Amino acid sequence: MSEEIPYTVQPHPLTGVFNGKMGMWLFLASEVMLFGALFSSYVLLRMGATHWPSHEETHLNVPLATLNTIVLILSSVTMVMAWASLKMNQLERFRLYLGGTILLALVFLVVKYFEYSAKFSHDIFPGTSTFFAIYFTLTGLHGLHVLGGILVNSYLVLPGSRMWKTEPERFTNRIECAGLYWHFVDLVWIFLFPVLYLL
Amino acid sequence: MSTEHHPHPHLPFWRRYIFSTDHKMIGIQYALTGMVFLLVGFGLIMAMRLQLAYPKSTFPFLEALFGSVNVPQGIMAPEFYNQLGAMHGTIMIFLGVVPLMVGGFGNFVLPLQIGAPDMAFPRINMASYWVYFVGGVIMLVSFFVPGGAANSGWTSYAPLSVIATAGQTLWLFGMVALITSSLLGALNFITTVIQLRARGLTFFRLPFFVWAQFVTAFLLLLAFPPLEAAGVLQLMDRLAHTSFFMPSGLVVSGEMQEQFTGGGNPLLWQHLFWFLAHPEVYVLILPAMGIVAEVIAANTRKPLWGYNWLVGSVIFVGFMSFIVWAHHMYLTGMGTTLSTFFQATTMIISVPSVVILTALVLSLWGASIRYNVPMLFALAFLPMFAIGGLTGLPLGLTASDIHLHDTYYVIGHFHYVVAPGTLFALFAGVYYWFPKATGRTMNPLLGKLHFWPSFVLMNGIFMPMLFQGLGGANRRYFDPTMYEHTLAVQGWSVVISWSAWLLAVAQIPFIINLLVSLWAGRKVSDNPWQATTLEWAAPSPPPHGNFAAVPTVYCGPYEYSVPGRVSDFCMQHVAQEA
Amino acid sequence: MAGSAEEVRKHVKVYLMVLLALAVLTVVTVGVSYLRLPTGAAILVALVIASVKGSLVACYFMHLISENKVIYSLLVLCFLFLAALLLLPVATSNHFWFR
Repeated sequence: MSEEIPYTVQPHPLTGVFNGKMGMWLFLASEVMLFGALFSSYVLLRMGATHWPSHEETHLNVPLATLNTIVLILSSVTMVMAWASLKMNQLERFRLYLGGTILLALVFLVVKYFEYSAKFSHDIFPGTSTFFAIYFTLTGLHGLHVLGGILVNSYLVLPGSRMWKTEPERFTNRIECAGLYWHFVDLVWIFLFPVLYLL
Repeated sequence: MSTEHHPHPHLPFWRRYIFSTDHKMIGIQYALTGMVFLLVGFGLIMAMRLQLAYPKSTFPFLEALFGSVNVPQGIMAPEFYNQLGAMHGTIMIFLGVVPLMVGGFGNFVLPLQIGAPDMAFPRINMASYWVYFVGGVIMLVSFFVPGGAANSGWTSYAPLSVIATAGQTLWLFGMVALITSSLLGALNFITTVIQLRARGLTFFRLPFFVWAQFVTAFLLLLAFPPLEAAGVLQLMDRLAHTSFFMPSGLVVSGEMQEQFTGGGNPLLWQHLFWFLAHPEVYVLILPAMGIVAEVIAANTRKPLWGYNWLVGSVIFVGFMSFIVWAHHMYLTGMGTTLSTFFQATTMIISVPSVVILTALVLSLWGASIRYNVPMLFALAFLPMFAIGGLTGLPLGLTASDIHLHDTYYVIGHFHYVVAPGTLFALFAGVYYWFPKATGRTMNPLLGKLHFWPSFVLMNGIFMPMLFQGLGGANRRYFDPTMYEHTLAVQGWSVVISWSAWLLAVAQIPFIINLLVSLWAGRKVSDNPWQATTLEWAAPSPPPHGNFAAVPTVYCGPYEYSVPGRVSDFCMQHVAQEA
Repeated sequence: MAGSAEEVRKHVKVYLMVLLALAVLTVVTVGVSYLRLPTGAAILVALVIASVKGSLVACYFMHLISENKVIYSLLVLCFLFLAALLLLPVATSNHFWFR
C-alpha cells in the first residue's frame, strides 16, 4: 500500500533507525541548542558581572540538589529498564519500571518545590539578581521539561500501553523515543547541577 | 501512473480540508496563509511609504483607516510608524516568506520529488501549521492592545524592547509559537529526506530543490532555539523584572529604571538574536535558489551546470551561516580580533553563494530557453540576487560598514535579495507548480502583465535606497525631513514610494490569475513542462498517497537532451536502455 | 539496535554498572567542590566530570555507542555550533581579553 509511510516501525536499511528515533534525535539536537543558549547567556553574564555570588552567598542547598541528581539518574535507569522489559516481552515489569520513573520524577519536582519556596520565603526572586535570574530560568525551564516527560510517560504507562496488544514493536519504539527524551532531561541536569550549585 | 483508488473511508470536510494530515493540503494551507500575510505586510509598508514620501502632509483617509490615536490630525504618529516598521519585518519574514517557501512549497513538492507517500510525521506536520496559525493570530491581535503592536524593530533590541508597550509581550509569545512551528517542520523535513527517498534515489540524484530545503531545515532546527531562549529571557525581563538584558544604572527620559536590579547585558540579546537571524536570511534564500534551479533546468532543456558544485556550495553555505552572525554587530564595540574573525567568515561565505549563482547562470549557456512566465521570474532572479549579494560586500567589510550600518543602504541590500530575489523565485514556483497542484495552467498573458511592471518597479523601489544610504540617510526615521543630512536624498523617497504603490497595482493581475485559473484555467497533462523530476510522474493533482506504486529511480534529476536519445528529456523513474 | 531478548539481558548488567559509575562521579564532583579550587580549575574539573557523566548517559542509556553514523554526525554538527554559541559571544566582550 503506497500510502503507508515506510520505516515507522522497521528501521531503514541504510540509517539503521526507524523514523521516530530519527525525529526524536533531531528534536534533542534542537534542545541542546536551546539549553546551550541559556548556558551561553550564563557565561556572558558571569564574565561581565562586577560581582558574582559565591556558594555561601547563593544559599543554594547543595545536599538537596545532590539528592535530586541521584533521583534523576535513578529515573534514567528505570526508564531504560522499562524499554528493556518490553524487549524481553515483560509488560508488567515495563509498567513497574515506567511507573518508577514517573514516581522519581515527581520526587524531583517536589524537592524543587521545596527549594523554590525556601527561596521565595527569603525574598529571593528571579528579579533579585542576575545570578538568580539565570538560576530560576535554567532550573525552571528544566523543570517544565521534567513535567512534560511525566505527562508523556503517564500516558504511555496506562492508556497508551493498549498499543502493546496490537502493535508491540511500534509501542516498544515509542518507549524508546520517550526514553531518549527522558535521558536528555537527565543529561541537562548533569550539567546544570555543577554549573549552578557548585561553581 | 494510474489514478489510485484508495480504500480510505471518505473523511468529513473538516478532516479533509481543515485538519488534514496530507502534506499537499497542509502545503496549500501554508501557501495561502503565507500569501495573505505577504499582502498584509505589503499593506503596512505602503502606509509607511506615504509618511516617508510626504512627511509633512495630512491624509484624512489614513486617520479614518487607523484612528486618531495612530494618525492624529492626519499625520502618522511616530509610535505608530514604529509599529508598522517592526511588524512589516516580522510579518514578511516569519509569517509570509518562510511559511510560503518552506511550509508551502517544501511541504507540497518535497515528498513528491523524493517519491514518498507523505511526510514522515503527518500529524506533526498538521500541528506545525496550526501552531503557525496561532502565532499569526497573536501577532495580528497585538495591533489592538493598548500601545499597539511591537515597535522596537523586528530586531527587538534590548533595553528598548524590554520597556516597550504591551504589544512587545505579545510579539514574544507569537515568536515562541512561530519558532515551535518551524522546529516541528524542520525535523519532519530532515527525517523525510533521510528516510523516505524512493528506491534508487541516492543523495546525489536528488533535485537541487530538495537539497536546498534539506540544508534549510538544518538551519531552522539548530539556529532557532537560541532565539526561543532569548525570547524567554526577554519575557522574564519584561514580566518578572529580571535583568538579563538590562544594564545597571539605566536612565530613560530622565527616570532611573528602579524596577531592574541591573547587571545585565543588552549585547546578550543581540548575540542570541543574530545567532538565529543570520542563518534565517539563508533560510530566506536557499529554497528560492532551489526553485530557480528547477525552473531553469526544465526551461533550458539541459542539465544544470555543476550539480556537484551546487550541492557542495549549499552545504558549505549552511555550515558557514552559523559563524558569521556578528557582522550585524560590528559597531557594538567588539575588538578588532573578533570583528576580523567575523569579517573573514563573512567574506568566505560569499564564495559558495557566488558559485551557486554562477552555476545557475552557466546553465543558460547554449540552452534552448523557453521564455514562459516561471522562466521570466527565474531569469530575473539572477541579476537581482547578484545585486543583492554584491551590495552585501561593503556591509561585510568592517571599515565600510562604519559608514553604511543602519542606513538605507542596508535596507536596499537585503530587500534586493528578498524582494526581487526570493519573492520572484516564489512567483516562479507558483506559476511552475500550479499545474501540478490543480491540473490547470495560469494565464500566460496575465503572468507577463504581472512580471514586467514588477521587475521594473522593484528596481524603482530598492535601487534609490542604495543611493540614500550612501548619502547617509538613517533607517527607521519616521520623518526624513527632520535632519539636514537626509534632506539631500529625500527626493528619492518620492520615487520609491510611487514605485511601491504601483508595484501593488502590478500584483492585481497575479491575484486575478491565481483565483480565476483555479476554476477556469486551461486543463493540462500531468507533465506540461516536460520536466524530469518525480513530482511530474504523479497525477495532477496527486491523490492521497501520491503514487499508485512506489517509484524506482534510475538516473539523476536533470536528464535533458542526452545525446542519442529520441526524446529531449527522460524522467527519473523511467529505466534507460543502454 | 533492535536487539533480541538475550542481548538486552546482557545490556541490563551494563546499565547497572553505568548507574554505579554515575553515582560515584556525582559524589566526586560534590566532594571536589568542597576543596574550593581556584575558579579556572574548578570550572575545568566540574565540566570534565559532567562530560564524562553525560557521555555515559548518552552512550549507554541512549544507546549512542551502538547507533549508526547518521545520528552521530548530527550530534557532532550540533556540538560544533554549540561551541560557537558558547565561546564567540563572550570572546567579543572586552572582559575576555582584558582583566
